[in-house]
Amino acid sequence: MKALLAVYRAQLKTSFLMYLQYRASSVLWLLGMVLEPVIYLVVWSTIAGANGGAVDGYTAGDFAAYFLVLLLVNHLTDNWVYYEFQERVRQGLLSPLLLRPIHPIHADIAQNLTYKFMMLVVMLPTAGALGLVFHPTASITPLSLLLFLPSLVLAIAIRFLVEWSLGLTAFWTTQMSAVIQVYYVGLFFLSGQMGPLALFPAPVQVLAQLLPFQWMLAFPVQLLLGQLDQHAIVLGLIAQTIWLCLSLAMMTVLWHRGLRRYSGMGA
Amino acid sequence: MRYIALLRRFLQLNLLRELAYRSNFYMQIFQSLLSLGFGLVGLAVIFDHTSALNEWHPGELLVLLGVYQLVGGVINLVIQPCMQQLMREVHQGTLDFTLLKPEDAQFLVSIRQIQIWKLCDIVLGLVVVGIALAHLGATVGAGQMLTFLVALVAGGAIVYSFWLMLATCSFWLVRVENILVIFQDLYQAGRWPVSIYPSWLRWTLTFLVPVTVATTIPAQALIGQLAWPTLLGVALFALLTLVLSRWFWLFGLRHYTGASA
Repeated sequence: MKALLAVYRAQLKTSFLMYLQYRASSVLWLLGMVLEPVIYLVVWSTIAGANGGAVDGYTAGDFAAYFLVLLLVNHLTDNWVYYEFQERVRQGLLSPLLLRPIHPIHADIAQNLTYKFMMLVVMLPTAGALGLVFHPTASITPLSLLLFLPSLVLAIAIRFLVEWSLGLTAFWTTQMSAVIQVYYVGLFFLSGQMGPLALFPAPVQVLAQLLPFQWMLAFPVQLLLGQLDQHAIVLGLIAQTIWLCLSLAMMTVLWHRGLRRYSGMGA
Repeated sequence: MRYIALLRRFLQLNLLRELAYRSNFYMQIFQSLLSLGFGLVGLAVIFDHTSALNEWHPGELLVLLGVYQLVGGVINLVIQPCMQQLMREVHQGTLDFTLLKPEDAQFLVSIRQIQIWKLCDIVLGLVVVGIALAHLGATVGAGQMLTFLVALVAGGAIVYSFWLMLATCSFWLVRVENILVIFQDLYQAGRWPVSIYPSWLRWTLTFLVPVTVATTIPAQALIGQLAWPTLLGVALFALLTLVLSRWFWLFGLRHYTGASA
């Protein structure tokens, strides 16, 4: 345990220095992340305006609050491990990592956490500035804030493990597979990136309950904004725990199976 | 005439290269359908709650979606791959080989990479536009067709000039690929009519990153909502950016020292 902590400390330090070097491009990446929620915030606000101020009870201010919190939670849960893992396998970069006496996921976790917290320095003022433009209305209670924190951590963990597992498919296919593209389309609609899931048709909502996407994003957002009742909160936290276990199991199985297949391309 | 012959030769070369990877074709069809489905589901969710988005009715937004797919196809067919290769070569220093060829360098760097299978997006976009127009029951006259083509070409020219200027920046900055990745994200904004955005964003998406001129305006031309002055303005803007990017490219070339020389 103590050894692992030391490893994390070292990894956090190296990735901090690395991102400091590429700060301009890191900020550019953020720009793209900010635009999407702004587009859909504008679309829904326009509809709310045309419908006499609200869509199914969501006012323009509610949409603003939803998409601004979504922006922050999406930033905190986002990662690109899938893409990185593909490159690793394709270029044979995985081989030196396997020689280390520690699971490579730890380095990825440390790197991802560093990026998230460093970029909060840019993300929080951006969200604040957008708040001044779009006037969000929300009443965040101490209790919802308290419950938000564990659900956020669970969301980060689930999304990281699921996308790391998707990255592991590189052991079997060396091309960007159809599975990944379907994953991203599903993620967009069913995680609440396009809008609150309550605005979707009922069958879609049922589907969203069964799949992992909304537990990675929409659930913590709505929890914080107080849009969920007690029943939904308890149910959501249970669903998150189940998905954490499932994704951990999936990752472990794929990792062991994949390693047996891996012959070290290019190495 | 010589340019047409060159263009044909590059098309042949790229076609031959792609024919070696025929499974890419099926992958591309899958991707195009997925991206179209993505757009259609988005529209379905929106129109579940309203009958018009800022005066744009479902059929009209479907026209816009088709134009979005079509223009995106053109960008991915030739503009983006060419400019990405240009930047890669500046970074690696292999651009010198292209500059040595006895043809206009801007022409060469703008046509040598063609991703043939992206034609799928263009065909699919045209099909969607056709279906949407039939659904609207609109008869598109020769005049309207001409306005559409002018707007489409002008929009394409503006996007091309924008990319060329960004790519030219790599003569000084060397690594600018990131900026172009951002373009993919920004292009998403073209899915929706530009009039819904607040003025600062509308301004940015028109002049700073010309996304909407390439999608909203041709779509407006097709549904007969484009005023002549706007079309004239867009055409002039296109000419201006073409001249400006040409000048900037030549200016950049004069400052380019090569990586190995």
